[in-house]
Amino acid sequence: MTLNKADVVIVGGGLMGSAAAFFLRQRGQSVILLERDQIGQYASGVNFGNVRRQGRFLGQLELANRSWALWKRLPELIDDDLEFIASGHMRVCYREDEIPELEAYAAAPEAAQLDLQIYRGSELHARFPFLGKDVKGGSYAPHDGHANPRLAAPAFARAARRLGARIEERTEVAQVQKVGDGFSISTTDGRQFSAGQLLITAGAWGQKLSAQFGEPVPLETNGPQMAVTEPVPYALPTVIGVYTKIPEEVIYFRQIPRGNIVIGGGYRSKPDMLNRRAYVEPRSILNQLDQMRRLLPGVGNLNIIRVWSGIEGYLPDSLPVMGPSGNVDGLYYAFGFCGHGFQLGPGVGDVMAELISTGSTRTSIEPFSIRRFALSAEQRSKAS
Amino acid sequence: MATARLNTHRVVIVGAGPAGVRCAQTLVAAGFKPILIDENRRDGGQIYRRQPEGFTRSYTTLYGTEADKARDLHESFDRLRPQIDYRPDTLAWNLTPGQLCCVSQGLHTTVDYDALILCTGATDRLMPIEGWQLGGTYSLGGAQIALKAQAVSIGHRVVFMGSGPLLYLVASQYVKAGATVAAVLDTSPLGLRIKALPKLMARPGLLFTGMKLLAQLYRAKIPVHLGISPLQVLGEAVTGVSGVRVRTANGETLTVACDAVALGYHLRPETQLADLAGCRMRFDEASGQWWLEVDEEGRTSVSGVYAAGDGSKIRGADAAEHAGRLVALALLRDLQLPVDAAQVAEQRQALKVMDDFRLGLAQAFPWPAAQAKALPDEAIVCRCEMISAGELRRTVSEKGACEVNRAKAFSRVGMGRCQGRYCSQAGAEVIAAAAGVPVQEVGRQRGQAPVKPLSMLTREVAP
Repeated sequence: MTLNKADVVIVGGGLMGSAAAFFLRQRGQSVILLERDQIGQYASGVNFGNVRRQGRFLGQLELANRSWALWKRLPELIDDDLEFIASGHMRVCYREDEIPELEAYAAAPEAAQLDLQIYRGSELHARFPFLGKDVKGGSYAPHDGHANPRLAAPAFARAARRLGARIEERTEVAQVQKVGDGFSISTTDGRQFSAGQLLITAGAWGQKLSAQFGEPVPLETNGPQMAVTEPVPYALPTVIGVYTKIPEEVIYFRQIPRGNIVIGGGYRSKPDMLNRRAYVEPRSILNQLDQMRRLLPGVGNLNIIRVWSGIEGYLPDSLPVMGPSGNVDGLYYAFGFCGHGFQLGPGVGDVMAELISTGSTRTSIEPFSIRRFALSAEQRSKAS
Repeated sequence: MATARLNTHRVVIVGAGPAGVRCAQTLVAAGFKPILIDENRRDGGQIYRRQPEGFTRSYTTLYGTEADKARDLHESFDRLRPQIDYRPDTLAWNLTPGQLCCVSQGLHTTVDYDALILCTGATDRLMPIEGWQLGGTYSLGGAQIALKAQAVSIGHRVVFMGSGPLLYLVASQYVKAGATVAAVLDTSPLGLRIKALPKLMARPGLLFTGMKLLAQLYRAKIPVHLGISPLQVLGEAVTGVSGVRVRTANGETLTVACDAVALGYHLRPETQLADLAGCRMRFDEASGQWWLEVDEEGRTSVSGVYAAGDGSKIRGADAAEHAGRLVALALLRDLQLPVDAAQVAEQRQALKVMDDFRLGLAQAFPWPAAQAKALPDEAIVCRCEMISAGELRRTVSEKGACEVNRAKAFSRVGMGRCQGRYCSQAGAEVIAAAAGVPVQEVGRQRGQAPVKPLSMLTREVAP
């Protein structure tokens, strides 16, 4: 039984768990990572692949900056570049009165490292001549970019394994509990694991485990809607996304060097959590076609060759759950990244490893504490 | 009560080949008005594909020994047409429970259904060979369509290579049309055919037709080699195919000059819509590929979804006609409508004979699984994404991807325009060989929408 013991057990082998396993090993902690299915199979593997900082909650940029520095060091860190290209990211809007909002974001002290530049009018269309005439302004982030999500979590898990982490795929956790100074984890196939510290990185299933420690959170699941075109000559290196308050106008795309244009945004679907499958809703693809023709009129002659979805966890304030438990010593969470966790992945792994190894982190993650939901529960009980 | 069901039960058939047409005919006879959706501009499917309007070749010219069957199917369809809701040139690209998503000439419509009958047919089953990405390399089915639909040959001097009945059928059709056939190169050895004779005798007429095709080729002095191993399609990227190189049964290297080559190893079913509907698949040992799980009469594992023809079981066009009638009768029975038991029994008996024959074909013209293992690392497996066998093998050996969808995610094999139609079966063989497990253990590539590429110019029709 001692074989199943480690300093840290991580539950959930998405990008967060895989990156945390890697950085924990770098810090000398023994690690067992338990994944119910395959590494990076859900939200981590099917997302759009945006390595984007701009547009995030300003209080998240410190974490995003830390992650960005790791993205830049990827090949030497994990022996895989994950097809990351710092190709630039352009956040555009269709309304003149939205430009001041982009300007305010660019001017925020937290966004200083992003070197955002605001474009509008003829200057915008001269610089990005392929954009539709409805585009009125945009914020250009020269250092942001994109990468291949299918490769990310598996590459971090392989790198962690090379450093000595134990990765157990097809291992479903049934129960987690605090026992004495440590944790006992039982799996559905009857195995027992134990650890001094426990990290829950179970994505859309994170709240099932946090609830076992008395910390339920109102997590909702959504299926992102993705599509990809046939390949055409590489001409659009900049990732483009629309900033809008109208949900169906949300659209973003990136072209990869081999030529395909990856598209996401618009309506999301409700995943089938029983069978752990998420489907693409035909209406969301049709909406994407409309929106793409508006944003990138020249796209008309291309064909969509494949669409896909996945299972993502969302919290009501669109911020993740990240940090120590409010109830249990030695318990940590990093889940519910609300469809924008991909860029954060390496940084989250690094911060969680630092936090678990040293008891604190130099990066501000207070806004993501699970305690924000406990607090509102107390307030609710007072009100009743 | 039965009348009420006839009026309200929306039956949608996908595919206007032999299965779809006979299914529609049987349903019309029972009082239904089914919707028949077909991707082609005219009915008939692949084997009985009708030439475009204005073309004037005779039935004998177009369909040879199968002329009477083709004429009968086409005439049945023409009589049926006023009694069904026929929607040609329409791609069913996706579905949700109870609703089929269709696009025709750039316009998108949804079609509600209570029962969906998939008669989606089959496409060529292909095994890669070094150089098969060169211009001038076609599938056997593609070569046949070029001739049948447009009366053109795929080249001036054509090699037919692979195995299965289609190899001889298409080669002889080319000879008859006056094309220069440089050689017919069959990977299956004579011995296997002799062993399979007892099963093939289930349909002596068809066996005789096959022998006649072979005799025609010999009479035309076309070199026919059995038991060959394909080595390479020769040529240059710019100028395309210039020849093929194979190893003959007695171990010699044979090079045949040509400017086009048609390849194929019998057929694989088109199961994407069934897959998207959540229908279960099963591994068919005889043919070594995944088929739709259907009962004897064509019911899938999903209530209200049925299948018939080569899209569910590869048994050929004659079987497809019987299966099309039978699946319609199954639906009628499921709706508690009167069904003629003798008619059901007749279809089932006919299909039993065809089942025996298809086992004989699988034995006589086996899928050359071992070729995948022997493919050189440089050979392209996935033509859409241009991924080599070596790259695919490395995802197994270095990244531990021993499952088809996992290997696809890492390597891109099966991710391109064809959605794995060309490469996923061979890719599975390469993965299985690299992982050292039987091919059924590496799974099958999941279907993803769109079933065929969807133009970004597609617009919704206002309701």
